[in-house]
Order: sequence, then C-alpha cells, then structure tokens
Amino acid sequence: MATATDPTIAVRSQAPPAPPDRFRLLTAVVACAAPAALILIVFVLFQQAWPAVIHYGLGFLVGTNWNPVSQEFGALPGIFGTVSTSLIALALALPVGVAAALVLAEQGAAGIRSLVGTGIELLAAIPSVVYGIWALYVLGPWTFDHIETPVSDRLGFIGWLASASPRSLFTASLVLAVMILPTLAAVSRDVIRAVPRGLKENAIALGATWWETTWQVILPSARAGIIGATILALGRALGETIAVTMIIGNNYQIPPSIFSPAYTLASVIANEFTEATGVLYPAALVELGLVLILVTLTLNVVALLLVRSTAARAAI
Amino acid sequence: MSRNVQRLITSRGAISGAYALTGVALVPLGLVLAYTIAKGFPSVTHLEFFTNVERPVGIPGAGIAHAIVGTLMLVGIASLGAIPICVLGGIFLAEYGISRIADWVRLGSDVLIGAPSIAIGLFAYALLVAPFHHFSGLAGSAALAVLMLPIVMRTTESAVRLIPGGLRESGLALGLPRWRVSLQLILPAAAPGVITGGLLSVARASGETAPLLFTGFGNPFLSFDPTQPLAALPLTVYHFALLPYPSLQEQAWGAALVLVVMVLIVNLASRYVLRGQIRFAGQQ
Repeated sequence: MATATDPTIAVRSQAPPAPPDRFRLLTAVVACAAPAALILIVFVLFQQAWPAVIHYGLGFLVGTNWNPVSQEFGALPGIFGTVSTSLIALALALPVGVAAALVLAEQGAAGIRSLVGTGIELLAAIPSVVYGIWALYVLGPWTFDHIETPVSDRLGFIGWLASASPRSLFTASLVLAVMILPTLAAVSRDVIRAVPRGLKENAIALGATWWETTWQVILPSARAGIIGATILALGRALGETIAVTMIIGNNYQIPPSIFSPAYTLASVIANEFTEATGVLYPAALVELGLVLILVTLTLNVVALLLVRSTAARAAI
Repeated sequence: MSRNVQRLITSRGAISGAYALTGVALVPLGLVLAYTIAKGFPSVTHLEFFTNVERPVGIPGAGIAHAIVGTLMLVGIASLGAIPICVLGGIFLAEYGISRIADWVRLGSDVLIGAPSIAIGLFAYALLVAPFHHFSGLAGSAALAVLMLPIVMRTTESAVRLIPGGLRESGLALGLPRWRVSLQLILPAAAPGVITGGLLSVARASGETAPLLFTGFGNPFLSFDPTQPLAALPLTVYHFALLPYPSLQEQAWGAALVLVVMVLIVNLASRYVLRGQIRFAGQQ
C-alpha cells in the first residue's frame, strides 16, 4: 500500500498543476452554438408573437377565423390541417418504412440491401420543392382521377369521403408520406440493428421462423425505438412546408372531407408572411410558427429519448 | 395441412410482403426522378437556360443563371459561416464528449435537426431582415447556416470518433498539446468524414425553400451582392410552378431538374469520400 513517503506520489505532487485547457473551453463554447440557436429561435419567435399572444390569449388556439381585415385570427384550422395531414401520412408510411427497415437490417442479400439503402437515402435527398412540383402536376391530377373521384362517387354519402378535388388534404398527406419514409426507414433500421444478436439467435435456435422471430422477438424488443422513429417522422411531417403548400389547396377551413382543400400552419406562414402588414397580423403568423415549433420540439425530445433508451439497452 | 407447413408459409408470405413493401418505398423515387427528367429536359437543352436570366412571359431565351448564382452564393456563405463552428463543436463532442455540457449540446443539436425550417426562416427574418428593412442574401445564408449547424456537428463528431485512439495517444505521448493533437493529427485523419458531413449539409441547404421565402426572397436579376435580395433555384421552382403560364412552368421543371442533379451529385460525391474514410478506419 502506498504511503506518504512513496516516491511516485511525491513526484506527482511536485508536478506543476496542469494549465487550464483553453482548447477545451473554446470548443465547448463553440459547440454551445447549437443549443443556443435553439433557445434563441424559440425566444425570438415568442418575442415576435407577443402582441398576438396577449391580444388573443388562449382563444387563438381554438379560433376558426382567419381574417386580416377584421383582425380576427384563430389557429384551429391550421392546427387541424397540420395534425391530420401528418397523422394520415404516418399511417401510410409506417408499414412501408418498418418493412423497408426489416429488409435493410437483415443479414445477407447484400446487393439488394445496398440498392434499397441508397434508394431510400436518395429519396431523402430530393428537395421538398421538387416533391411539390411533382405533386402539383403529376400526383395531384392522378389521385384526383384514380382515387378521389371513384371513391367519392361510390362512398360520397360518408361525409368525409365526399367532394374530390385535385389539391386536397389527402394528396398532401400522400406526398408527406413519401417525404417521411426515409426518416422512418433509416431510424427504424438502426434500432432494429441494435437489438442484441443473441435474442434473435435464441429464437432461431428454438426453431422460430423468420416471421416468428421478427414479430415476437425483434419488433417487441425494438418497440421503443420504432415509436421514437415514428415520432421523429411525425415531427418532420408537421414542419414540412413547401411541398404541402403547393398541393394542399390553401383553404383556411376545417375541411369537411379528406378530399377537400385545407391549410397547414407552415403553409399559412409561407403564403402570407411577406404580405402581412400592421402589428397583429404578422404577430399572429409568428404565433402559428411558435405553436408549430413548440409542438415539434417537444415531440423530438420525446422521440430522441425513446430512440436512445433502445440504443442504450442494446449496448448493455 | 400440418402446423409447421402453415408456419413456414406464413413466414414466406411475410418475407415477400416485407420485400414488396420495400419495393413500394422505391416507387416514388423512380416516379419523381423520371418526371423531373422528362419534364425538365426540354428546358435544359437550350444553352441560354444556363446563361440568361428571367424574361417576361412570351419572350424566348429565359434562363436561370441568376438562380444558380444565387444558390451558390447563399449556400457558399452559409457554409463559410457554419462549417468552422461545426468542426470545432464536433471535435468538442468527440474529444471531450463525456460531460454534461456535451450531453446538452448533443440533445440540442439533434432537436435542432428536427426544427421546422419555416420557423428558422421566421427567426432569420426577425433578426436580420426586419431591423434593416430589406430582404438580403446574408439573412438567407444565416437561416441556411442554422440548418446546417447540427448536421455537420454530429457528422464531425462521428467521424472523429472513428479515428483509432492510438493516433491520439501517440500524439499526446510525444508531448503535443491537446489542440495540436485534435487539429493537426485527428482532424486530417477524419477529414473525409467531416467533408462528407459538409457535403450532405450543403445538399440539404441548397434544396431548402422555406427558410429563404422571407430572407433571400428571390431576385429576377443577376446579382452578386449578398446584402441585397438573392435568387435561388428552389425559390424559382416554387414561384414559377404555381403560375398559370406554361412557359414558366416549363422553366420551373427545368430548374427542378438542375436542382435535383446538383443535389444528387453532391450526395453521391459525399458517399465516395466517406468510402475512403471507412477504408482508412478499417486498416487501423
């Protein structure tokens, strides 16, 4: 056991104190730019929205009018449009995304996997305005002719399936589904890969088929992470602006049918902000942005914690 | 039918289903690319499309030179601002990553990646447009820089983490200070990974429209002055696509094609660079 007279300790105590690590300090300060930007964004938006926040109070969130002339602003139709397009998109993209993640996470068939992986990453790389122009001229007319019209002709007596329109909530949801697919597939693939190999091997050793292994072992084990991926994708869908603005029809209403034109929070801002004059009008638009970013950020934090918990479990 | 046969059939069916759905995932990619190429091709066959600027409807010879220049300037200035910050921040996360500050920085940047880009546009407007009473390319670049920040920071972190510890330890054993080890040993070794992150963020930024709507704003003329409004390819696509003139719509498709080709080239280049990095890490 070392004592006070131990020579190594004596030498160590005589060594000069380590100089403060200025490089560490510098990089730490610079790195804080990211969280600082986040806090600053929320703060600035809150400050800009303040006139509308105090003028309309909580009624802003449930108001259904949007009338710059009479200065009546309510966010409900925008919130409805944003949430409904995102949820429909998620319902459409989730099965496809998880299936693609299972294929991508699978061992073997390396050629197909790298092809699919590249394809899905390129899908993520295509700018949203390109999805927008494609939706406007190709997808919108096609769904109008081949999905919306037939469905509303036969099932139009159900209120929310009536009145087809080439620019609609439904088409916007379809485009969003395509746009969130890469996020879903990539994050789900990572959490599925993080499932401990032993679990899978045990299931196979017990004689389980591919499907039994996947359904009863891998997916339950990756559940938190896949929920996280889903929420991350939801966050992307909520915040997506341009493609949706081009295809949703921009009608400030709670649409009677999923085939009717609607509006989303981000699209209202994109369309109206440069023309907004006065005090309350721009402030109301910024408040829409504030609602959007607060919802998105909350969802992101929850999603990241879920994904990390799965990854951490895999590391043990 | 025996139970085992049934299980086998279920499993085979599920595998086919998974592969079929994966195929479905790739259908939109094919369709978007095919239509963009088919509809954009007539525009890009004219050389004037790349050398001229906007012209009034009906006058032939319109081009998108101003938008290409604008996009290059907006993204270039944003990269100059964001990438050095990101590289230092990424080095912090990788080299001094086990601390509470680092955890907060990681969470902050991961959340920032998911922040709606239109909100970032509003933010840049409030800080850099409203006080000066006019739209400017610099404000657009600032919005894009905020978008790029978390992407490059996190990819730099993972690239630096790939570098084997032996390199760092040999540097420190030779008595080099931490900053020299980080900047002169680790960073060059991690360069391909860092460049990949930079290229991916450049690709992402050049395709963004929403943050530019009320910052860069767009400009129908060729301008090299970043303190004034600047045109950008995504803005051209967005504005022209929604107008009722077929000639402008055709230009929008042409601009979309140029944009997609740019973005995909940068994207593929980043994969090529990254491959070198993985090979390097594998050799160690």
